[in-house]
Amino acid sequence: MWSSLPSFVAVYPETILVVVASALVLLDRVVKFKDVFTWITLATVAVTLGVVYWTVGTSFAFSYAADSYALFFKTIFLLVLLLATLISPGYGRVVGIHFGEYYGLMMYAVAGMMIMASAKDLVLLYLGLEVMSLSVYVLAGLLYSDMRSLEGAMKYFLLGSFASAFLLLAITYIYGLTSSINMEAIANYLGTHGLLANKALLFSLALFAIAFGFKVALVPFHMWAPDVYEGAPTSVTAFMSVGPKAAGFAAMGRVFLLALGTAKVGWTHFLIPLAVVTFFVGASLAVVQTNIKRMLAYSSVAHAGYAVLGIIAGTKEGMSATMMYLFIYALMNIGAFGIIILLRQKDFLGESIYDFQGLSKTHPVAALLMLVFLFSLAGIPPTAGFVGKFYVFRSAFEAGHPLLVIAAVLASCIAAYPYLRVVMLMYMRPPEKEVTLNLTGYLFTSLAISLTGVLLFGVWPEPLIHFARLCCGLAP
Amino acid sequence: MIPISWYLVLSLVLFALGAFGFIARRNVIIMLMCIEIMLNAVNISLVALGRGLEDTAAHLLVFFVIAVAAGEAAIGLALVVLLFKKTREVHMDEFRLLKG
Repeated sequence: MWSSLPSFVAVYPETILVVVASALVLLDRVVKFKDVFTWITLATVAVTLGVVYWTVGTSFAFSYAADSYALFFKTIFLLVLLLATLISPGYGRVVGIHFGEYYGLMMYAVAGMMIMASAKDLVLLYLGLEVMSLSVYVLAGLLYSDMRSLEGAMKYFLLGSFASAFLLLAITYIYGLTSSINMEAIANYLGTHGLLANKALLFSLALFAIAFGFKVALVPFHMWAPDVYEGAPTSVTAFMSVGPKAAGFAAMGRVFLLALGTAKVGWTHFLIPLAVVTFFVGASLAVVQTNIKRMLAYSSVAHAGYAVLGIIAGTKEGMSATMMYLFIYALMNIGAFGIIILLRQKDFLGESIYDFQGLSKTHPVAALLMLVFLFSLAGIPPTAGFVGKFYVFRSAFEAGHPLLVIAAVLASCIAAYPYLRVVMLMYMRPPEKEVTLNLTGYLFTSLAISLTGVLLFGVWPEPLIHFARLCCGLAP
Repeated sequence: MIPISWYLVLSLVLFALGAFGFIARRNVIIMLMCIEIMLNAVNISLVALGRGLEDTAAHLLVFFVIAVAAGEAAIGLALVVLLFKKTREVHMDEFRLLKG
């Protein structure tokens, strides 16, 4: 009988994360020196990354595949976990969230994201999404002595659960039509039976678009994002502005391109208007924000709009461009949040954009780093943000959506304003407030990794492009 | 035997009721209940479809949904309790610190 049991090798990375996370949560009571948890998390990231590469190509029955597609996303998730862990200790000590559960919850969330990226089965996809979401709801509300954190967590929780119900209904309809929950079986069934005009299929596609729209914050399903990003502890905001978003795109790629690839005409009808509205609304609303976390929240909404272009393209080139974009976005966004955390003191929030006024006079290096990250977010060469945007736009153009690309370029002109405003405040205004930096060795390492990545991939993107194309099954 | 389509209609009506309630009501507890109604509406159609197609995958999914809903309720109620302790209020409209 034992020989008929599927091999568990494919789920080793997730198992490691969950086991270590549980251990951290339990150990928190006995360990008084909390930096230990940071070290354990960093070591686990290294081990898990090794195991992820070692287990490539294995699968768990038909429902779970540690394939190269998942490999790329898992690399992103572990990079996010690494950077988010490194920016946490200094900030966590200031606000009081430097303890075992914090790191444990981040690891649980990453395990959920990995399940989402590897799932070839709609049930597993749902479970991974919930493991991730439930952990992130708690993380967002972790600073519960602060009313803003609680309010943000509550809003995130309500809208997140609302979206999950839509995902479940979409899964139900697909199951009812194809009598299967396996993505490849669904693709086969749709390919042979040609249900493209079926109303239930279209309804299910719309529900999938809504559910994923909530998760990656596409307009009009973005309402939670600014509130949650502002309310959550900054290190958590950095984590969840990239991690769950990348996981959402991983799931979108699996569902739309693999399972529902034959119904491409159907779902592009829903996604194109969503994308256009997303990058215009995201960019325009970012302009009027004076809280930098809120500004970055709207910018992350706009960035989700650009990244979805690769999915709309519906080709392997498009998917590889989206994957590359998310990788670069992780580096530059967590870098920018790192600088916000650098400014944070016990009695100084450092969240208003006017707190950055004259930063170049008082702290030139911090100002220069912020400038690089903001330029990258705006998509100005020679930073990585430009490369990411270029490839996403090109893939959408080649797939036959020239108008969409023109709209995206126009929107990214508007989106440059809020970033450049912060740069202007830093470099062209005299300093008003006394700002001291809260620099730790961890934060320094995180900023160094982000900066290296943003500049290196900006001038020499070949390795990343090569890797992304390889993971999508394209010749490099 | 009752045809499957009846179950599907029932489930869709329940789902719509839940979604409407979630949008129309501002009491957090009621909103949580509406989410549960939506999840259980999905469960009804899953069970019906599973029986109709004579396939167990749907029944499996129902158990997962129930388990996840329990976890969700735990986190949601914990947040409600924390909010209530701080503000003596369970209406979403009263929480307006974050806006812009």
